[in-house]
Amino acid sequence: MLRSFIYVFLAAILTENYILTKFLGICPFLGVSKKLNTAVGMSAAVTFVMLLATAVTYPIYMKLLVPKGLEYLQTIVFILVIAALVQLVEIVLKKYIPALYKALGIYLPLITTNCAVLGVTMLVIEKSGTDYGYAHALVNALGTGVGYLVAMVLFAGVRERLEDADVPDFLKGLPITLIAAAILAVSFNAFAGIVDGLVGTV
Amino acid sequence: MKKGNKNLGREFTKGIIKENPVLCLLLGTCPTLAVTTAAVNAIGMGVAATIVLVLSNVVISLLRKVIPDTVRIPAYITVIAGFVSIVQMLVKAYAPSIDESLGIYLPLIVVNCIILGRAEMYASKNSVLPSALDGLGMGVGFTAAMLLMGMIRELLGAGTLFGVTVLPESIFTPITIMILPAGGFFVFGLLVALAQKLRRITPKEKEQSGCGGCPLAGKCSAVKGKEDCGNA
Repeated sequence: MLRSFIYVFLAAILTENYILTKFLGICPFLGVSKKLNTAVGMSAAVTFVMLLATAVTYPIYMKLLVPKGLEYLQTIVFILVIAALVQLVEIVLKKYIPALYKALGIYLPLITTNCAVLGVTMLVIEKSGTDYGYAHALVNALGTGVGYLVAMVLFAGVRERLEDADVPDFLKGLPITLIAAAILAVSFNAFAGIVDGLVGTV
Repeated sequence: MKKGNKNLGREFTKGIIKENPVLCLLLGTCPTLAVTTAAVNAIGMGVAATIVLVLSNVVISLLRKVIPDTVRIPAYITVIAGFVSIVQMLVKAYAPSIDESLGIYLPLIVVNCIILGRAEMYASKNSVLPSALDGLGMGVGFTAAMLLMGMIRELLGAGTLFGVTVLPESIFTPITIMILPAGGFFVFGLLVALAQKLRRITPKEKEQSGCGGCPLAGKCSAVKGKEDCGNA
């Protein structure tokens, strides 16, 4: 049981990295990865919302939509739940934990439209089965968030170096950033199969 | 009358070249990178997004005087999600193979910043006909950019175009990395470089930042005032 949790967690970080292998959440990946602290802040906020969103949407789907035969409402229900949740988190943090609000609050409005959050809640429904339940879904959400953090932090480091690099004129700005991301994605390609090797097939 | 027609024509064409949502405004990058492993997928995604874009622009434009300003973003998201669900069901019923290859990215049209962006920046301020044309133009621009990327990646990565073998393996070894995620970033980087190069010819064009076109950029202090965002 524990082994399957570790498997899900590591797979979400390395082989199924949302940014570098699934292309989810690219806008903030390119937008706020220029400095290390904003990259960490954004990833922390994304992880937090992912975990919370999965914790709420999974039971809604399984206990409410499936028994009533309303699976086709998944998209609309999930996005509204996420939007409401982000709004709620913002209000609660502002009132009760101002320090955390100061650190994460500025990223929250952007998270509603971050496709990684909606993606994680929907993909987990597709994966769910007899040996993949609520606990696995939560572990997966956490792992995905950590994977997001890893990609953002690695890329923030690359971009800080890029600032000083002598880049050909026509590649300046976004093009060279995308090409750097391509090289980072190549390195993540190499992780294929690593989780099986580390934990054993589940 | 003639002038009106000309303006409507401009509403349509601006999205295709001058304000191409993907290559110039850098919106909707996630599906652009994810589904362009084959040209057919790019068209499927583009058509689905265009339908949602036109319909949501029309409805939001019709409701623009009814929706209170404070809750407009949730209202727009609800309208968009409704149309995405309809398109999703239609694709599942009539083009199951497209549904299979687009997978999760079909429902994710709901969070595509192009659609929310056009709702916020255009449809909420303009009447129905220009909004519909704006949506159609942006949709065609989105589809064209994705199709271009899909064709390049499919040709180099698999030696085929729309599934038909163009470069047989005897004369060309497919560069598999082109259809892997890394190739997506790479081709997109080069296309953006090309778009930037071409746009520098028009002098009045101003720099666009990565998040500048994001509909929520105004609320995001990570964007506001700082240079943390987008291409410097």
